[in-house]
Amino acid sequence: MSAPVVEVKAVTKAYGERQVLSGVDLTVGEHEAVALIGASGSGKSTLLRCIDLLEEIDDGDVFLDGEVITDPAVDPVAVRRRLGFVFQAYNLFPHMTALQNVMIGERYAHRAGKAEAEERGRALLARFGLDGREDDRPDNLSGGEQQRVAIARAFGGKPRALLLDEVTSALDPELVGEVLAAVRDLKAEGMTMVIATHEMSFAREVADSVAFLHDGRILEQGPPAQVLEHPEREETRRFLSRLLEAGRI
Amino acid sequence: MNAAAAIPASERRLEREVAKRRRARRGAAIAALSSLLILGGLAALVLTSSGWPEVRETFFSWSEFKNAFPEVLEGFWLDVKVFMGVEAAVLVIALALALVKISSSAGLFPLRLLSIVFVDISRGIPTVLMVYLIGFGIPALQIVKPAPDPAILGAIALTISYSGYVAEVYRAGIRSVHRGQHDAALAVGLTHSQAMRLVILPQGIRRVAPPLLNDFISLQKDAALISIIGPIEAFRAAQILQGENFNFTPLIAAALLYLAVTVPLARVVDRMGGSEGAVR
Repeated sequence: MSAPVVEVKAVTKAYGERQVLSGVDLTVGEHEAVALIGASGSGKSTLLRCIDLLEEIDDGDVFLDGEVITDPAVDPVAVRRRLGFVFQAYNLFPHMTALQNVMIGERYAHRAGKAEAEERGRALLARFGLDGREDDRPDNLSGGEQQRVAIARAFGGKPRALLLDEVTSALDPELVGEVLAAVRDLKAEGMTMVIATHEMSFAREVADSVAFLHDGRILEQGPPAQVLEHPEREETRRFLSRLLEAGRI
Repeated sequence: MNAAAAIPASERRLEREVAKRRRARRGAAIAALSSLLILGGLAALVLTSSGWPEVRETFFSWSEFKNAFPEVLEGFWLDVKVFMGVEAAVLVIALALALVKISSSAGLFPLRLLSIVFVDISRGIPTVLMVYLIGFGIPALQIVKPAPDPAILGAIALTISYSGYVAEVYRAGIRSVHRGQHDAALAVGLTHSQAMRLVILPQGIRRVAPPLLNDFISLQKDAALISIIGPIEAFRAAQILQGENFNFTPLIAAALLYLAVTVPLARVVDRMGGSEGAVR
């Protein structure tokens, strides 16, 4: 088997006094989708941000295609160009059109010519069902459309892996479906993904493996059916039953 | 629009519309009456004062105005050249100061220190004193011979004075852009400087355009300060004519010229402030 696409080894991260990650190990193979579940504040976002080098880790290492990326000698910009990140709050650039949002990486990070970047940008938007919205600014788009533009933007850089940070949490319930459909579509195409999510049914459907993050550690990991139906750990059971009470499963 | 028109207006709705119109009419009547009373009262107070005939002659003489206007206008042309030049210089220098002050790169440490000192000095010294110091200090150094034109020295002093303020305005704008924008820019693979240039600055500058233009209104008036080191701009030209003819009308002419450039800019700023919510 080839080297895993993303490998996290014994990563720790603290914000001041608060220990957010206390030794996380995670392996994501080619074409694999791993769902990260866990309570708010369990470190899901922080872990994704550490993989994309948006945060500096304290200890341990992260590998991308077998190469260490958390070495001071590694250029973080070059690493981020090989990964895609989708934010909970979309974080689209409000002064740019949808098309410009999906073109900017192609144009300035991957140095494509204007015509080429524009052609690819239009194709990307069309692919995510956004043809006709090219010239709209983000604030003229619905939340679901904005998040799909954000997914197109992250996917546009032909990433080795996509990191999705609670991509449906900011959406009105009726808009969740269209965004999940876009992610499902990426999975069908074999995109390697790490998906932090609160949508357990979605995790069950799309993920090859579910990892439960608790107090900065991955307490258990396995196929969705196993982790979600027959969790081994007491903490996992408690987390899932709280979701069940809240009607979120 | 169409959907609303399609619904036939009910009794209640018509009632409300009548009441709304009545309120609007009453409001307009009250505004007109109170303006008439207050403005009329003020005018009456001035016009019936015992000194008015004299003031009218010494401040608002039409013949003096016609006589002085060309010379004051010529002086004002110097003001315009000075503030336009200073505005252009300030926009660039202040941005550089803000960027240096905000950066965290080790190589820029000395520059960062310098820019902090510069901003402190430039904001801390009264503009009139700055004009004096530069206007008389630079020629005394005798670095450039012959001594530079005092109007240019005055412009340099104004540039120093305003760069500090405007740098802080820029910095506030840059700071106001949400962190997530920077994260997203890095996540699509941009470098820090590309993120600043393509994502942060365009948003930050747009947000501080009104306070920035406000500083320019202030600068357009302060152009008159260069007169203390010699150049004959509008205020100085008017003062000279006033001294010659013992009539203050030329100063009114100068005041009107300053208003002619500051009021339109003020309206632009007002409009920007008004549409801010609509922008986003």
